[in-house]
Amino acid sequence: MSAPTPKRHQASGSFSGGFSWAMARDLRLAWRHPDEAVLTVAFFALVASLFPLGIGAEPQLLARIGPGVIWVGALLAAFLALPGLFAADYADGSLEQMTLSPHPALGWAAGKVAAHWIVSGLPLTLLSPLIGLQYGLAPDTLGVQALSLLIGTPVLSLLGGACAALALGARGGGMLLALLALPLFVPVLIFGAGAAEAQATGLSAAPHLSLLGAALIAALVGLPVAVGAAVRIAVD
Amino acid sequence: MTSRHRSGAPDVLQVRDLACRRGPALLFSGIDFEVAGGELLCVRGPNGCGKTTLLRCVTGLTRPDEGTILWRGEPAQTDPERMRSGTAYAGHLPSLKDDLSAEENLEFALRLRGVATTAEERREALAAVGLEKRRRIPARRLSAGQRRRIGLARLALDPADLWVLDEPLTALDDAGQELFVDLLDRHLAGGGLALAATHHRLAPASGVVRELRLA
Amino acid sequence: MNWFYFSSPTTFYGLAGRLAPWFFILAAALAVWGLYLGLLVAPTDAQQGEVYRVIFIHVPTAWMSMFLYFIMACYCGLTLVFNTRLSAMMARAIAPTGAMMTFIALWTGAFWGRPTWGTYWVWDARLTSELVLLFLYFGYMALANAFEDPRRGDRAAALLALIGVVNLPIIYFSVQWWNTLHQGSSVSFKGTSMHVTMLTGMLVMSASAWMYAIGASLVRVRSVILERERRAQWVRNLPEAA
Repeated sequence: MSAPTPKRHQASGSFSGGFSWAMARDLRLAWRHPDEAVLTVAFFALVASLFPLGIGAEPQLLARIGPGVIWVGALLAAFLALPGLFAADYADGSLEQMTLSPHPALGWAAGKVAAHWIVSGLPLTLLSPLIGLQYGLAPDTLGVQALSLLIGTPVLSLLGGACAALALGARGGGMLLALLALPLFVPVLIFGAGAAEAQATGLSAAPHLSLLGAALIAALVGLPVAVGAAVRIAVD
Repeated sequence: MTSRHRSGAPDVLQVRDLACRRGPALLFSGIDFEVAGGELLCVRGPNGCGKTTLLRCVTGLTRPDEGTILWRGEPAQTDPERMRSGTAYAGHLPSLKDDLSAEENLEFALRLRGVATTAEERREALAAVGLEKRRRIPARRLSAGQRRRIGLARLALDPADLWVLDEPLTALDDAGQELFVDLLDRHLAGGGLALAATHHRLAPASGVVRELRLA
Repeated sequence: MNWFYFSSPTTFYGLAGRLAPWFFILAAALAVWGLYLGLLVAPTDAQQGEVYRVIFIHVPTAWMSMFLYFIMACYCGLTLVFNTRLSAMMARAIAPTGAMMTFIALWTGAFWGRPTWGTYWVWDARLTSELVLLFLYFGYMALANAFEDPRRGDRAAALLALIGVVNLPIIYFSVQWWNTLHQGSSVSFKGTSMHVTMLTGMLVMSASAWMYAIGASLVRVRSVILERERRAQWVRNLPEAA
């Protein structure tokens, strides 16, 4: 019999350990399969292009509806990317291992949502000025639009992440997730689209952006805990 | 036996009066057992008798309906983080990513366990389970048994005192089973504890093997 | 086995059965009194004429829609923290009544809005957040019933309900925070802007809605208990199970 090998390492958990683990792993997986991120962005561009075709391409009308259409498009694209956030980890047992990790749930939950935002929300934000140009939005409106998406899409990812984790293993899959997540997205949509619209009509976008910022802070404080708790319920 | 953790309490897992129901049906009740350092407890019983659920209750994945689980003399719920860092769980699901290589899978699995290892250590561990040549190809192209071997490499590097293993021999060939028993043997000889649900007979050279039969 | 574990839904089943009729009787009596005050005694409003009388249904149901969500969320919190079974069943029993109250509030609001604002619906903050509340109730019920294991549904839906609580202050304060078409609150702690009879009628109707909600929840929790405990011996021994 071989002599027992001394075990040198002691397991220890930390917020940053869990966060960086989830970020590094999910970004590497996304990098191996960039098609998912590309599809999200393509969907966004497609939806936004459908409106001028359906409503008519009158420039004034387009400039008027532009901010709202772009926000709705981004919201739907972010929503469609949600099921992928936890489904694979749920199916292959990774969620069990995460729940049993010495790292606090807060860390890896936040890390996973952050990685998800980088491959879904961030590309949408970066693409939005281009779509805005198609709608003939003024340059300052484009800036406010992108800023509102930059603040708003992380809130969508956090809210959606909690809902996606809650709906794991449930009957009714995508429709159920829509029923859970979309009503919670409503305030973000109102303030987000409101910001660019206010800017376009010559009012100040600041109140909308501040409210959006407040929502982001509240979401950052409260929702990673909720995501962790939802995952714990899902693997039970 | 040297104490391998900060608190001086001995490594012991005690389960008291555990009961669990799934839906309206009672799976098991009144389960009592104790596992001390160097001991292996084999949970046996027919399919569907609740072996997996019992193991999941011990790890904390599933909430038991009744009963307490004491780890080093303290209820596991009071300090779940300590319980989790001391426990390695290998369930039915492999928790492997098809798109990552064996090496990457091992690296991420250990990082999730809060264990710092060097690339050299991981390479050695993979070599020890016979995956040295295949360590860089995506896990999707490995056979079921080879995928299980990545799990063995993880166990080998995990410093957890308590191993909770659900059907650890599944899909492993003879050589793989030998590897596992050897690993288990070293774990028990080093004062570790193990709890395994299995239909096979496990006979490590060292350590005390006991059985728990679920009706 | 822990006796209390099984005893609480068991004893509560009987208790709920004995109490529910009394709450319904109380609700009916209060409704008769409230409607009498509201429809016959209260004076015609100087600005809105007779149309304003929808307030005696609209405001009590709107209050209850928020209040019931709050109570439901409290039971959900108990479910998650203490893993108690009866609290989850109570939350499930309250949700449909809450959704109904929300729906009636929106419906009566639309009929009030048509003659006074000239439209059934506007996308203002109060109406939108109340509509979101309706969807939160729907989402809660859908999620609670979406799992094979009802306990899993209890816990998942409970967490959803707690996340949705942020909507309550938004509904309540929306008429103050945003300059909306929806009129401001007629009742406040500083005193009211209404005739005393109107206020009394509204409060009596609210009490009626409250009693009805309790009665309906008790009846519903009985069927939830029966469904969950259908294999238990005490359920098989019930006279109604024979």
